[in-house]
Amino acid sequence: MLRRKFVSVALVSGMTAALGLGARAAENLRIIVPAEPGGLWDSLGRSIAEAMNASGSKNVAAENVAGEGGLAGLAQLVNQERGNGNLLMVMGPNMLATSLMRQSPFSIAQATPIARVIGDYEVLVVQANSSIRSLADLIPVLKDDAGRATIAGGAPGSTDHILSGLMVKAAGGDVSRLNYVPLPSTGEILAAVIGGYAAIGVGSYSEWAPAIASGKLRVLGISSPEKLEGVDAPTLKEQGLDVVLASWHGVVAPPGIDEASKQTLISAVEEAVKSDAWQAYRSEKKWTNSYLAGDDFAKQLEAENALTTDILRDVGLLN
Amino acid sequence: VGAFDALMQGFATAATPINLLWSLIGVTLGTLIGLLPGIGPALTIALLLPVTRKLDPTGAFIMFAGLYYGAMYGSSTTSILLNTPGESGSIVTALEGNKMARKGRGAAALATAAIGSFVAGTLGTLALTLLAPIFVKFALLFGPAEYFALMVLAFTTVTSVLGASKLRGAVALLLGLAFGLVGTDILTGQPRLVFGLPSMLRGIDIVVVAVGLFAVGEALYMASRRDLRSAEVLPIKGSLFMTREEWSRSWKPWLRGTAIGFPFGALPAGGTEIPTFLSYFAEKKLAKNPEEFGHGAIEGVAGPEAANNAAVAGVLVPLLTLGLPTSATAAILLAAFEQYNLQPGPQLFQNSGDLVWGLIASLYIGNVMLLVLNLPLAGMWVRLLSIPQSLLYAGILIFSTLGVYSLSNSVFDLVLLWIVGLVGFLMRRYDYPVAPAIIGLILGPLAEAQFRRALTISQGDPSVFITHPLSLFLLLAAFCVVAGPAAYGRLKRRKPI
Repeated sequence: MLRRKFVSVALVSGMTAALGLGARAAENLRIIVPAEPGGLWDSLGRSIAEAMNASGSKNVAAENVAGEGGLAGLAQLVNQERGNGNLLMVMGPNMLATSLMRQSPFSIAQATPIARVIGDYEVLVVQANSSIRSLADLIPVLKDDAGRATIAGGAPGSTDHILSGLMVKAAGGDVSRLNYVPLPSTGEILAAVIGGYAAIGVGSYSEWAPAIASGKLRVLGISSPEKLEGVDAPTLKEQGLDVVLASWHGVVAPPGIDEASKQTLISAVEEAVKSDAWQAYRSEKKWTNSYLAGDDFAKQLEAENALTTDILRDVGLLN
Repeated sequence: VGAFDALMQGFATAATPINLLWSLIGVTLGTLIGLLPGIGPALTIALLLPVTRKLDPTGAFIMFAGLYYGAMYGSSTTSILLNTPGESGSIVTALEGNKMARKGRGAAALATAAIGSFVAGTLGTLALTLLAPIFVKFALLFGPAEYFALMVLAFTTVTSVLGASKLRGAVALLLGLAFGLVGTDILTGQPRLVFGLPSMLRGIDIVVVAVGLFAVGEALYMASRRDLRSAEVLPIKGSLFMTREEWSRSWKPWLRGTAIGFPFGALPAGGTEIPTFLSYFAEKKLAKNPEEFGHGAIEGVAGPEAANNAAVAGVLVPLLTLGLPTSATAAILLAAFEQYNLQPGPQLFQNSGDLVWGLIASLYIGNVMLLVLNLPLAGMWVRLLSIPQSLLYAGILIFSTLGVYSLSNSVFDLVLLWIVGLVGFLMRRYDYPVAPAIIGLILGPLAEAQFRRALTISQGDPSVFITHPLSLFLLLAAFCVVAGPAAYGRLKRRKPI
């Protein structure tokens, strides 16, 4: 078996120097992608692996452990890999909801938070020639009879689903009437919207950017607090629907790893997100930077888990 | 015509030595990964993406396309010779293909699969070249109600594999449907029939069940018979390749398989499995000797193999014209487009005409390469069967165990494989057909998902299935398939009076 090796890198960043730690790189690191090839987590895991390899770490590789909405990967991380300091897993808010809803014995709380890496916002889209011209056309429908507006998005409990529930709530409608159709892939959601059997599509901006650029869709709004640079869409908030929802994605390590391994992983990820290679991936994939490391990320995860529980109850997905 | 000139330009791009080399690498790799159940084209392309980042995009896409087609070729080989489907699109191939192999016509089965794939791939590419916009319009007509009706129609195909006893066939179908219920409820995310086992949440993998029922069940059954050593499997009987009769029985199924497979590939939720069922069903209904089905009818290999390759060509239609990925592999290809800052959709044809037409031209070339690669190999592969039976079946057990483990490195899958294998053994021992179980497992969850989606959208109003014209049409077609023969029989009997 290969032993962990800590390689000191001569370049020491100001912050880590102040803490008395050298920037450390990882070696022979595996990154679990808890999904099939082809989605956001897959490209995120592979991009992080490449950025790490380009920034001092050696032999970092991503590996797909698909299934159970990400829970297969989580189960492997917390169950079989306890104490393994050479392992990371990609995750995001959908994993919190999935483990709550499916009463999984494994939860993110058991893992060791390393860093939040990217942020994203949700967009609301309609067919280019839809009769819903703007959010103002949709709000009364959500208020009076939410069932009339078919909304297509990702898995039950996903950020897409939660946003839909929050919108009905903010419009003053009955959340139990929400007409949400979960579909297995962005491709099918896109087909549902272009084909016209779902009036509205919900999804993360980065995943929808290519389809939006094709001109077949119109963006009704984006769930960011302020208008985003380079995105030609008004926010939901400025159109009178008080909903702000950010999604984010990051990496966690197995439970029970020692402090030194944890710090190595944190600084290896930090080096990676500072690299030019990473900046290039980010702009190519339209991910926003939301780097947040270690204990701060742990606190956010905790808060996020409580919030997700509340929202899922509100939307009627949890008892 | 503009398209023709552009295509010729594309051939000029694709036929440069370096691009031919990429195509060769792609088809060879594809054939290899098709052989193993676990590794599919999606994962392979994902692994290759970083390597190809520095490459010229045309070369990279030519390689990926070859890989995608090649995987379909490769998986038919293990289906036919070892009764172990490598991809879910070639499960049906095992039904007749393996029977042919045992009768000494393995090489002919491989040949009809390879040539059928070639014909379908080439015609599919032709349809992609000329008719892409029309097929996209057609594909977008399908909503959940239409898909459900289509599934109902596909369910009728089960009648062609029920076997001698309708009751036993129905039991097998129900078993498959029950397997299909396991997992997570698609609308609410609640666990269903998982018995507290977290690994069951993702449901039961089709490939695990197919390999378990076909390969493991079969191997256990052979081992249970005392005359294993004397059991007769002829590697080659008669001419090595296809006889004149086999040619004349194959060419129509190739064309029909293509016609069924291509539109399915273009559907956002079409897939490669259902067109193979439909093609098998159609061939059995149209065959001169339907009683030969189940004992190695070449039509049952030629049709489905053409259908799955045509479906692969179909997948490229919505991907290139709309940027709409309809399979995991297509989603990866979309990511590859992004990597090169290319925007699939109508603009792609205008902005990067060289690449698109080069890609399309390379599909034609890739198909020729696959044929050249696979036909001579058929003669070599088939010699696998001259291995003594006991060793061959032991090898199949090892091969299928390894392959299933490579699906998701899960020990649970292995336990499941062997439990399903045991079920498969009992089914064979007591003469229950296994094919209906597979059809139930594949179609059950799809039909349920679409049915419930349709009802969610209509807010519980079941009339959507008959008020949508396309859905109504498909349901009527399904009704005719089931009730038609009985009604026809009755009319015939009345005639003499």
